[in-house]
Amino acid sequence: MAFEGLSERLQSALQKLRGKGKVSEADVKEAMREVRLALLEADVNYKVVKDFIAKVRERAVGQEVLKSLTPGQQVIKVVNEELTRLMGGEQSKLELKSKPSVIMMVGLQGAGKTTTTGKLAHYLSKKQNRRPLLVAADVYRPAAIRQLEVLGEQIGLPVFSLGDKENPVRIAEEGVARAKEEGHDVVLIDTAGRLHIDENMMDELKAIREKVKPDEILLVVDAMTGQDAVNVAESFNRELELTGVVLTKLDGDTRGGAALSVKAVTDRPVKFAGMGEKVDALEPFHPDRMASRILGMGDVLTLIEKA
Amino acid sequence: SKTSSSLVGAVGSVLNRSKIDEEMYEELEDILIGADVGVNTTLEIVDRLRREVKERKVKEPAELQPILSEILADLLRGEDGQQGMNIQAEGLTVILFVGVNGVGKTTTIGKLANKYKREGKKVILAAGDTFRAGAIEQLEVWGERVGVDVIRHQAGSDPAAVVFDGIQAARARGADILLCDTAGRLQNKVNLMEELKKVHRVVKREIPDAPHETLLVLDATTGQNALQQAKIFSEAVDVSGIVLTKLDGTAKGGIVIAIRHELGLPVKWVGLGEKVDDLQEFDPDQYIHALFQQEIEKAEE
Ligand SMILES: Nc1nc2c(ncn2[C@@H]2O[C@H](COP(=O)(O)OP(=O)(O)OP(=O)(O)O)[C@@H](O)[C@H]2O)c(=O)[nH]1
Ligand SMILES: Nc1nc2c(ncn2[C@@H]2O[C@H](COP(=O)(O)OP(=O)(O)OP(=O)(O)O)[C@@H](O)[C@H]2O)c(=O)[nH]1
Ligand SMILES: [Mg+2]
Ligand SMILES: [Mg+2]
Repeated sequence: MAFEGLSERLQSALQKLRGKGKVSEADVKEAMREVRLALLEADVNYKVVKDFIAKVRERAVGQEVLKSLTPGQQVIKVVNEELTRLMGGEQSKLELKSKPSVIMMVGLQGAGKTTTTGKLAHYLSKKQNRRPLLVAADVYRPAAIRQLEVLGEQIGLPVFSLGDKENPVRIAEEGVARAKEEGHDVVLIDTAGRLHIDENMMDELKAIREKVKPDEILLVVDAMTGQDAVNVAESFNRELELTGVVLTKLDGDTRGGAALSVKAVTDRPVKFAGMGEKVDALEPFHPDRMASRILGMGDVLTLIEKA
Repeated sequence: SKTSSSLVGAVGSVLNRSKIDEEMYEELEDILIGADVGVNTTLEIVDRLRREVKERKVKEPAELQPILSEILADLLRGEDGQQGMNIQAEGLTVILFVGVNGVGKTTTIGKLANKYKREGKKVILAAGDTFRAGAIEQLEVWGERVGVDVIRHQAGSDPAAVVFDGIQAARARGADILLCDTAGRLQNKVNLMEELKKVHRVVKREIPDAPHETLLVLDATTGQNALQQAKIFSEAVDVSGIVLTKLDGTAKGGIVIAIRHELGLPVKWVGLGEKVDDLQEFDPDQYIHALFQQEIEKAEE
């Protein structure tokens, strides 16, 4: 790992408190500085960090920590609790109500939409006995349709496409019509990657949404995303009213602080985690594990238990 | 110059205060961290600024701007200044593209192929990503667009063999430049990094001073993990420079400052869109200007 974990940092910051008997507000301030740095190094957006620190400080300066005999552990405990709460606490599932139920995948270029479309279709067919149809609505990226078709072959599921000369809105609409005809109960629409500041491209997504009335609009976010995650998530959510997030490339060694930023600005749950390039590398997302990962605190929970 | 005047605007709005105080430094820290410069490098920049302020006995915030500009440019240019591409005057130049998944390797190859072709060079592409669905076809579309040959094998075949064939074909056809695509891989995947080393070895065995450039492609949207990417890819295949893509978004890619400073890796190209012409040589001054773009806009409002 590139960074030392928060637990070690807090330990050294609070080392000097040992045997002091009582913790002062200044001590808490010092500890909060370490928490702040750890979150920033994990790529949590600096504004999100500010709000978070304010909340934790309030609790820390309150009764809980100052009166404790083990202030270091108490601070970690408070941080972990607040972070888990912010991450969303419970695991969130897909809500597929309509017949057929439409899922739209959206996000920046290269985030992992097409791959995740394949993985999610595979997941729904294997784990939930669904009959998915994949729809290739990226007409811009070279060989994007081919990519989805190859994935479709790998998972043994059909892919609907009208080539790359058609309007993506029409492709989506006809894809859903085809799904109805052929008795598919879920339709996954792969859309082209786009920048959140590209108005024409964002309008295209809105037009697709209007036509196909999706149950789920999932923002696909690369777990390695830095400070810009808030701008991206905020814009996509404002334009499209997202229903959830998929965090990809979590098989890397990033801390993944973007997860927290995205959750904080959209208040939409992260529903799945991408854990690799293969079609079965998709897992339901666990907010509590993500909180520990962001803080780099594999060993923290044991510390808390000792507290 | 353009940079210092833009920084006047930038810092003017950042610091928009009558005096140099703690709050001002903190705001500056936020801007740098918000641009993904990273905590350590940000603290170092601000520390240097504080030192300069003390030494030069600077009193007015207005006087800070050229100093900050100097510090940033210094970090970005490194000791040996900006470095261009190592293109052979005679014979074949081999350029290898590496990086994590989805950063823009294949697209950058298309753009660069176009650039060199326009300069009158004979360019060939090697489809060394045999793993990702549709990767070979994607490179072929770029080859058609730009009008250059693509050497390919079947999906799933050995990437080192594709690159080997690429070199043979480039020699046989008298090409000037061979651009080798590779599959995206996360730097913590040991097997995949070994596979990349093998590709690198094969190139070296054929042409001892090749690859003449090994470019690590970084997505400007990426945060602190990019430093880790740069470290580990460098250890594996001796990276010679960075391509910073997707700078047409709102992300700043500030981690390249730390990468230049800590690892000595220069940024050589920036990607500014998905079209064939959206590639530019990296210009540190312009980059520093863009770092503060939003602040400048805020100030102008
Ligand atoms: N390691 C890893 N790689 C992933 C994961 N998800 C996607 N990828 C890879 O990331 C790269 C980009 O994935 P795509 O599915 O093409 O991304 P996209 O969002 O559809 O890209 P555009 O259509 O160009 O915007 C590919 O190399 C994928 O194999 C993941 O969870 N882990
Ligand atoms: N906005 C923008 N998009 C870019 C830029 N460079 C590449 N892209 C897009 O990013 C996505 C991924 O680009 P690729 O060239 O496929 O990336 P890659 O690194 O080859 O991906 P893998 O081979 O899957 O690892 C595509 O949708 C590209 O069009 C850029 O400079 N700006
Ligand atoms: Mg795609
Ligand atoms: Mg590629």
